[in-house]
Amino acid sequence: MSSTNSSQFQPITARPMPGRRTGIVAWLRANLFSGPINSLMTLATVALLAWSISHAFDWAVARAVFGAHLEACNNARGLGACWGVIAEKGRLIVMGRYPDTEHWRPVIATTLMLLVVGASCMPRFWNRWLPLAWLVMLAVYFTLMKGGMLGLTEVPTDQWGGLPLTVMLTVISMTLAFPLSIFVALGRRSTMPAIRTICTLYVELIRGVPLITVLFMASFMLPLFMPHGVTIDVLIRVIVGITLFSAAYMAEVVRGGLQALPKGQTEAAATLGLTYWQTQRKIVLPQALAMVVPSLMNTFIGMFKDTSLVTIVSLYELTGALSLALNSDADWRPFKIEAYLFITLIYFVFCFAMSRYSLWVEARTAVSKVR
Amino acid sequence: MSAQEAPIIRFDKVNKWYASNGYHVLRDINLDFAKGEKVVICGPSGSGKSTLIRCVNALEEYQEGQLTVDGTVVGDDLKGIDRVRREVGMVFQQFNLFPHLTVLENLILSPTWVARTPRNEAIDKAMAQLERVRIAEHAHKYPLQLSGGQQQRVAIARALCLKPKIMLFDEPTSALDPEMIKEVLDVMIGLADQGMTMLCVTHEMGFAKAVADRVIFMDQGQVVEQNTPEEFFNHPQNERSQDFLSKILGH
Repeated sequence: MSSTNSSQFQPITARPMPGRRTGIVAWLRANLFSGPINSLMTLATVALLAWSISHAFDWAVARAVFGAHLEACNNARGLGACWGVIAEKGRLIVMGRYPDTEHWRPVIATTLMLLVVGASCMPRFWNRWLPLAWLVMLAVYFTLMKGGMLGLTEVPTDQWGGLPLTVMLTVISMTLAFPLSIFVALGRRSTMPAIRTICTLYVELIRGVPLITVLFMASFMLPLFMPHGVTIDVLIRVIVGITLFSAAYMAEVVRGGLQALPKGQTEAAATLGLTYWQTQRKIVLPQALAMVVPSLMNTFIGMFKDTSLVTIVSLYELTGALSLALNSDADWRPFKIEAYLFITLIYFVFCFAMSRYSLWVEARTAVSKVR
Repeated sequence: MSAQEAPIIRFDKVNKWYASNGYHVLRDINLDFAKGEKVVICGPSGSGKSTLIRCVNALEEYQEGQLTVDGTVVGDDLKGIDRVRREVGMVFQQFNLFPHLTVLENLILSPTWVARTPRNEAIDKAMAQLERVRIAEHAHKYPLQLSGGQQQRVAIARALCLKPKIMLFDEPTSALDPEMIKEVLDVMIGLADQGMTMLCVTHEMGFAKAVADRVIFMDQGQVVEQNTPEEFFNHPQNERSQDFLSKILGH
């Protein structure tokens, strides 16, 4: 053995791996054509895709009618899409029952709201002006939408609808529900029995009923408990319902993150003399929330679409406005599919943006974990 | 131990049971620790040695007896516990650094938030501690970018930032690769030379021989034997100590 050991160490310089491993051909060979069965499946899938895409293209583009021509649409029924329904009913679907002449108001208000929300999503804008910006934005939003002052005609809240309503309900409910969910999650893990019981009861009760029930109760039963003559605006009732509902689910998500944190973190914080709230704020919540970003964004994205249930209280947000627009008009009612595809695209754009934002947040919070 | 000075830590007939299964984990512990004394606590796993030192800064509660640390009785009184925790620093086996903060932020967190030291002053003091453990060049890295030995040294520096009177070490080198153990032990020896009161739970017998004034051997929740390192390692008197030593000194 000793003859192979020498005191002179000859280092071997690293060299690149042999064989073609990069490039598109290599990728195809490795992933799609790696064996006979795989290759067969690839060819079958490609054939299926080709067939369905060509048919879809046929329906959606080749034989479709692109103007609001009712007769042409009727002739093309079953063969081609009638995108004219969007031209005809699009504004009604997107804006709901908001008066036609005042449509500029929801557009400006919603754009402003989305801008402030977008800014809040970027840590670069997290300074002391942000709460002020929110207050100003909310004041402007509700003044513009409601009207009744500054020369704007009043638009009662039950006429607000369409996409602006969906956005507003989601933004306000999520903004209120998120901090509430953190407190409830911490409360469920509290050592004080009263707090723990209240938080557990709240979560279990709300999770035991569908959102539609919560909205129904918030809307119809709440006024029964109010003194005679006091009415709470329907939007407030609905926002309270959605907020309480989402907070219960998000609280469980946050609690999962809190549980996943190693106990040593709170012990180390304790030995350093940090108080409970200091520990939560600086040590526990940053790590716990970073862990559950995918789950939380999942809840947000779900709630954005769950707002469609407010139809039960006669508020016509995006989905409700579609039913409103098409159910009453026998001419255009057969073309619901095209209209649904239209709002599907709108929902997709928003939800995909939220997804991407989620991935961006995950990438940012992972920086400290990269070795 | 001088007769005039009161012990800085006193365990007086302390007993602890685990709430979950009623196991009697600490049995009639009567121990005094003097200021500036360096004590190594060793014993088989499950002997209660970690639980013992975790009682000192109230990470564990005890049910019977009385534990006094630097004049304060450690009990249910929250203010008392806060006071004790400011005087007692702890280093854990798993380091327990805060991974989402840089090394420097880990160190200045407590001084700025608890002691309310101004930020710049806290940074200067933190850098001084990092120099002391020879890791100042990594101040702006995140803990997970450092090796185990480096992380443990940061953890020691973090505990030292509060200028504690007592340092507790709970198996500080047990989670480290062998080649990194020396750098951490060197820091601990340096600390000992500067007169710090230290309670170490460790299996590093070389460290015990170099630095300890006293070695305490625990088994099944009881103090079985305590002696100077020379006496304990060379002439263990109890059968259980002899058994334990034969197992760990073999390799």
